[in-house]
Amino acid sequence: MSAAVQAIRNDRLLLSGNDAIARGVWEAGARVCAAYPGTPSTEILEALALYPDLNPDWSVNEKVAMEVAIGASMSGARAFCAMKHVGMNVASDAFMTITVAGVVGGLVVAVADDVGLSSSQNEQDSRFWGRFAHVPVLEPADSQEAYEMAKLAFEISEQFNTPVILRLTTRVCHVKAMVTLGEREDRPVAGFTPDARRWVMTPANAKVQLPRQIAREADLRAAAQASPLNRLEAGSDRRIGFVTTGPAYMHLRESFPDFPILKLGFTYPLAVDRVRELAAQVDTVVVVEETEPLMEQELRAAGLEVRGKDLLPRLGELTPNVLIPAIKGMLGEPIPPTTTFPHYDPFPRPPTMCPACPHMGVYFTLHRLRRKVQISGDIGCYTLGAGHPWNALDTTISMGASMGIALGMDKARGPEDKDKAVIAVIGDSTFLHMGMQGMLDIVYNRGNVTTLILDNRTTGMTGGQHHPGTGKDLRGEEAPRVDFVRLVEALGVKPERIRKVDPYKLPVLFKAIKDEIAVAEPSVIITDQPCVLSEFYGKLSPYHVDDDKCTGCGNCINVGCPAITVKKTGVRQREGADDVPLSFVQIETAMCTGCHMCVESCGPKAILPAQPVA
Amino acid sequence: MSVDIITNILVCGIGGQGVMTAAEILAQTAIAKGFDVKKSEVAGMAQRGGVVTSHVRFGRRVYSPVITPGSADVLVAFEAAEGSRWGDMLRPGGVAMVNTIRLAPPIVSAGLYKYPDDPVAQMRAAGITVVDFDAGAIARALGDLKLVNTIMLGAIADHLPFPADDLEEQIVGRFRARKPAMVEVNQRAFAAGRSAARGPKAGPANREPAMAG
Repeated sequence: MSAAVQAIRNDRLLLSGNDAIARGVWEAGARVCAAYPGTPSTEILEALALYPDLNPDWSVNEKVAMEVAIGASMSGARAFCAMKHVGMNVASDAFMTITVAGVVGGLVVAVADDVGLSSSQNEQDSRFWGRFAHVPVLEPADSQEAYEMAKLAFEISEQFNTPVILRLTTRVCHVKAMVTLGEREDRPVAGFTPDARRWVMTPANAKVQLPRQIAREADLRAAAQASPLNRLEAGSDRRIGFVTTGPAYMHLRESFPDFPILKLGFTYPLAVDRVRELAAQVDTVVVVEETEPLMEQELRAAGLEVRGKDLLPRLGELTPNVLIPAIKGMLGEPIPPTTTFPHYDPFPRPPTMCPACPHMGVYFTLHRLRRKVQISGDIGCYTLGAGHPWNALDTTISMGASMGIALGMDKARGPEDKDKAVIAVIGDSTFLHMGMQGMLDIVYNRGNVTTLILDNRTTGMTGGQHHPGTGKDLRGEEAPRVDFVRLVEALGVKPERIRKVDPYKLPVLFKAIKDEIAVAEPSVIITDQPCVLSEFYGKLSPYHVDDDKCTGCGNCINVGCPAITVKKTGVRQREGADDVPLSFVQIETAMCTGCHMCVESCGPKAILPAQPVA
Repeated sequence: MSVDIITNILVCGIGGQGVMTAAEILAQTAIAKGFDVKKSEVAGMAQRGGVVTSHVRFGRRVYSPVITPGSADVLVAFEAAEGSRWGDMLRPGGVAMVNTIRLAPPIVSAGLYKYPDDPVAQMRAAGITVVDFDAGAIARALGDLKLVNTIMLGAIADHLPFPADDLEEQIVGRFRARKPAMVEVNQRAFAAGRSAARGPKAGPANREPAMAG
């Protein structure tokens, strides 16, 4: 990554799509860049943080990131924001109106779709936003294109007075490929010129501007028809002409090198006339796009006979092993066998919490209260609490949703759950992203919800990014740090209903949760131990299991620490009752960081320091 | 038809084992030899103990960043069961280099699933050419468990379309710049990996690069 920062014109480097975009944004002379972390887009801002002469910041959420970029654009600076697909939902309120007013400095919005769903809750197709907001969409297929289109997007933005969407997918963001670099363009900032009729979007002002948005779309369509980002690659086999975009082009080009391919990069407004030219040369036009049939439907609406999703799946990536059987089948050709060796799936290896993760204490405790509680979860590492061995999460929908959903559950209690407590579980970064509003709503509407804020002082699941609760900024420099207790109190939770608890102290945590769910008013428990992967975590001396003392009760296994493994199983026979299964355990000393949580769970006190304390 | 020869190497293991680093070194070596390279990282939530794979593809011009099942020339498995999980990615005549370490996830340890008795035997029974060795034991004998990465790269060095010395130089060059004291032990680890792969269990290298297109 630092190699990309130090690189000069014409250097050729192996870069991920994310690193390539960062370089393109920097070369384009962008001054202000903002984002909230989200897979697969996170590394774009992390890379931008290393470049000089611009202001990159983590925002509290994607909407704020969008607004920061909008303000910078209004002030004449080239501005950039990045987010994952679901982040665009959050940002869309600001986006849908700035698209009417337009830009001063180029404004580029990178939206990364998780096609194939490696780390997301849904697979929505962000190209819809181009149609919805009447703005251009550029779709790179690899790192070189990501770099070039990031730069070009600023030009298009300024030329047509519109924000531009750079639509990415996981296979662009997280694939490394060769990129030839250029150099930074110096772009002085014009400064803000007040113009209330343009920037104050009252109905009267908006009404005047709306027709311009429609006119602009016609200009953009003409530009897309002529754009070199849309190119026809000739092919000798005219039975099919393909229309494709994004990484699907790469899979297609490799699988079917002999067919003509109209490779689109400027994909909205759609260059329909280019497709018409292709259609005149081939028997059948097949549209290959991830994931929704957007281009396909528009081409049909324009009177073109095309095929697409009748042959290809609507979900997931269109990789060669998907394309080859589908297209060969259409052509009536024999489908070549793909694999020689049998597929074998030994066991699943689901993601799990790290050894000593403070979240384990929370879920160990919730698991023990399981029958008495409904648990509304949120998005972060702590979503893993839904899995083995805790099974202590009932819902996960969207960022910050835990509290609103908990309130809804509280208000809608049926006879079955009238005696159950409702608990919301949310992390520190997610609470600041979109959780504060839900908490305010619980207080305002007098809900009976106990909220657990798992403050591990980082944005964990995306790899450990700073936020206003960590005391540091994107570049690791000191920054003001929010005080969660005072924040929650300011939202209206009574001071006596707010507790801060060390999640490693299991009996204390258990009592705190039990006490608070017994009180029929909003309450908050904040756990305050840092993520074990963060700079704030301090390792302690490891533990081991004394085999002579271990009774095989298996209680420590329910902590869920990956450093604890079963070395022997057995049964204890009981007179007149079922046998009790036994699991004798060991601790992987190399993994153990001495958090002490399993010690607290061990009745016979069989877990002892691995080395005698000096 | 295109006659471009693409080399496909699939590196697999679990989070924290060095899969990404090994794949990066392979990719950088291929670049130094003048190849076009693509490297796909499928990490998902890998930092949390999940499966990690990296696809490294190089040739005159590489389009797709993913290896199609049944077309990998070499499978580098940092863990035994992961080797068996990805065995069907190999083409006929491809070779699997498997570190025999067995890392059971918590759900296996808890008895919900069973770790296969002998994943390598299972691969062989399916007809896969497997070279297996305990890279951890070799690394410990050399005094540093972190050498597993260099040992695994040494093991595949004779199965690549460029001389083993080029791969070794890529590894050693990194240490020469930052930790010169580690150069010599990495050279020994590389050599140990190479000879482990040539050991009595290892069959002769059978390299017929897959055809793309």
